[in-house]
Amino acid sequence: MCQRMPYEGDRDGAGGPMMQIQKTKRVEALTGNYAAAYAVKAVDVDVIAVYPITPQTTIVEKISEFVANGELDAELIHVESEHSALSAVIGASAAGARVFTATSSQGLELAHEVLHIASAMRLPIVMAVPARAISAPISIHNDYGDVMNARDAGWVMYIAASAQEVYDTVIQAYRVAETVNLPTMVAYDGFLISHTVEPVELNDEEEVRRFLPRPVRPYTLNPKRPVTMGPLASPDWYYEFKYQQVLAMKEAYKVAKDVDLLYGEKFGRSYGVVETYKMEDAEYAMVTYGAAFGNAKAAADIARERGIAAGVVRVRLYRPFPTMDLLKALEGVKAFAVLDRAIMFGSPAEGPLYKDITTAMFMHGVDKPAVNVIHGIGQRTIYVEDIYKVYTMLRENPRKEVVFMGVRI
Amino acid sequence: MKVYYKTLKDLPREELFAPGHRMCAGCGAAIAMRWITKTLGPNAVIANATGCVEVTTTPYPETAWMHPYIHVAFENAAAVASGVEAAIKTLKRKGMWDAGDTKVVVIAGDGGTYDIGLQSLSGMLERRHGVLYILYDNEAYMNTGIQRSGSTPKYAWTTTTPVGTAVRGKIQWKKDIMGIVMAHRVPYAATASVAYILDMANKIKTALEYTEEGPTFLHIYAPCVPGWRYPENKTVEIAKLAVETGYFPLYEWERGKLKLNPPSNNHLDKSKRKPLREYFKLQGRFAHLTDQEIAEIEKELDAYWEYLGKLAQL
Repeated sequence: MCQRMPYEGDRDGAGGPMMQIQKTKRVEALTGNYAAAYAVKAVDVDVIAVYPITPQTTIVEKISEFVANGELDAELIHVESEHSALSAVIGASAAGARVFTATSSQGLELAHEVLHIASAMRLPIVMAVPARAISAPISIHNDYGDVMNARDAGWVMYIAASAQEVYDTVIQAYRVAETVNLPTMVAYDGFLISHTVEPVELNDEEEVRRFLPRPVRPYTLNPKRPVTMGPLASPDWYYEFKYQQVLAMKEAYKVAKDVDLLYGEKFGRSYGVVETYKMEDAEYAMVTYGAAFGNAKAAADIARERGIAAGVVRVRLYRPFPTMDLLKALEGVKAFAVLDRAIMFGSPAEGPLYKDITTAMFMHGVDKPAVNVIHGIGQRTIYVEDIYKVYTMLRENPRKEVVFMGVRI
Repeated sequence: MKVYYKTLKDLPREELFAPGHRMCAGCGAAIAMRWITKTLGPNAVIANATGCVEVTTTPYPETAWMHPYIHVAFENAAAVASGVEAAIKTLKRKGMWDAGDTKVVVIAGDGGTYDIGLQSLSGMLERRHGVLYILYDNEAYMNTGIQRSGSTPKYAWTTTTPVGTAVRGKIQWKKDIMGIVMAHRVPYAATASVAYILDMANKIKTALEYTEEGPTFLHIYAPCVPGWRYPENKTVEIAKLAVETGYFPLYEWERGKLKLNPPSNNHLDKSKRKPLREYFKLQGRFAHLTDQEIAEIEKELDAYWEYLGKLAQL
């Protein structure tokens, strides 16, 4: 097992003294996708394999520019499919390179087979996923159907809520991936974040590289130290391989929190694994992920103006699921709603995050009224007023049910 | 082809394919693997597609591979190898590769090449990765229990092309994989057979050296004891007859020139080929063939030879 646990040492080691904030600030107007590309450049990635798909495409376009201009010394493999994109970065990562790929929607579906193999082979791949609805009917617009369909593939998964956070999280993702040896996905809203320009503060690239020293990986494809990767496991062995992934996920929960704190100390921005808004005294909470956080915050403000003690909880780290942090965040509320932007057809409740939260609560003996709101499907507009309505619903008639909002019934 | 080995005595001695693997007695692919690994020498990374060779050589915690070896899935060995090659290239440039001039080699069966892996193979060839792709062709999905593939020849029995009263074996002709590869304008591609070790070893070495220019491809004919239904001591005899009857010609495509290799270089003259029946009669998968069916196959084979003859003149 290749383990690198250097956080403690980093605080006064090569990473510079504790609490050092970089001196020169550089702010650029960037889309979420460009922010991802800038992070990849800062990280000094060796091999990138990407296939074009909306809304991912502008990431690989920007990376292509960096490579063409000599700003990023990497091999860019123009693969013929997303299946090959992930397969190629598996090969490159296995050979010891630092790798990156990105995709959306159908591309993530096509690569789904290899998602499981990447995590089981314990390769520190980082992938950006601007989330997009899944066919049919074909939709290029946003929801989280693609990302949620990949939630049990053994990847560490973040869902970012701004272009700045995309940039910061891609950098954090490498640190996490290379520490626990699990591939890591950084998802964010297609179009709503991927194509929306925001001011993004960029780190000094030298500092980023000091934050991400090359890990020692004893098992790579090297003729000096030959190993067999991807063998056949009989019933006598298969389960042990899988259980190691379970343990690695548990470790990733702690590592992700530590890396976020360390990143905050070094670069001045951190988010936690669960972000809260006005939850200190909240009686009613909206739990969500991605860009809907902004709508929910605006709705909470209105609700508070109108006398409802409203708050918002955002799940930033989705896998491993931040159970304890989430339970703590929802500790004081009378009732809450979960805004899900994906549908699990035929499930007891159709929202994936709702299912995770209610399972977590059940296991810890917590029983509260909780409404599952399905909204924003195929980028159906989520109005602030819609979320305000949910707060009033929670106050007036707290219950457990699934509500499909914004759909013509 | 450059002649690296003139006689059997010149062939590499070092064994890099460990015994104890679970391949069948008489397996043609096992013979190929032994000579592939010997000829590559130790400084190579192997990417293997799912298949007979993969499952029989890597039963955890054992392995037959003395090379660094990776298996990911069925259809993507060429993509995986593309990534390995790109990684070595970048790591070398950045001073992070300590193993010198490492070659990258794919090993895949006919299912993983003709059918499910064709797209990733085409992508790798088009992008000009310096990878040697070796196809071991046993003409069906043997790992799953003898199902027809794009490589299975016409009229051959398999479990999914049974010999019935309405349909007798496979209906379609075998896909021309070499034609597809050559259409990608690779610097070097060749056919080889486990019955002609010297020819095969020289081609492996030549193809390996040509990876400096781009992707290279070897099509190795590898008879399968249970799948072709013959006694396990007949593998080399059958592989030899495939060549001698003109059924599997030995040739190479070198920088746009096609050249027939001995003994196939004499077979443009049909009278120099042994009768096709001699090849068929040793194999249970062809036991049902009628004279008329053999005549039909022969006609198609003659047309193929005519095509090869024209290509050789270009």
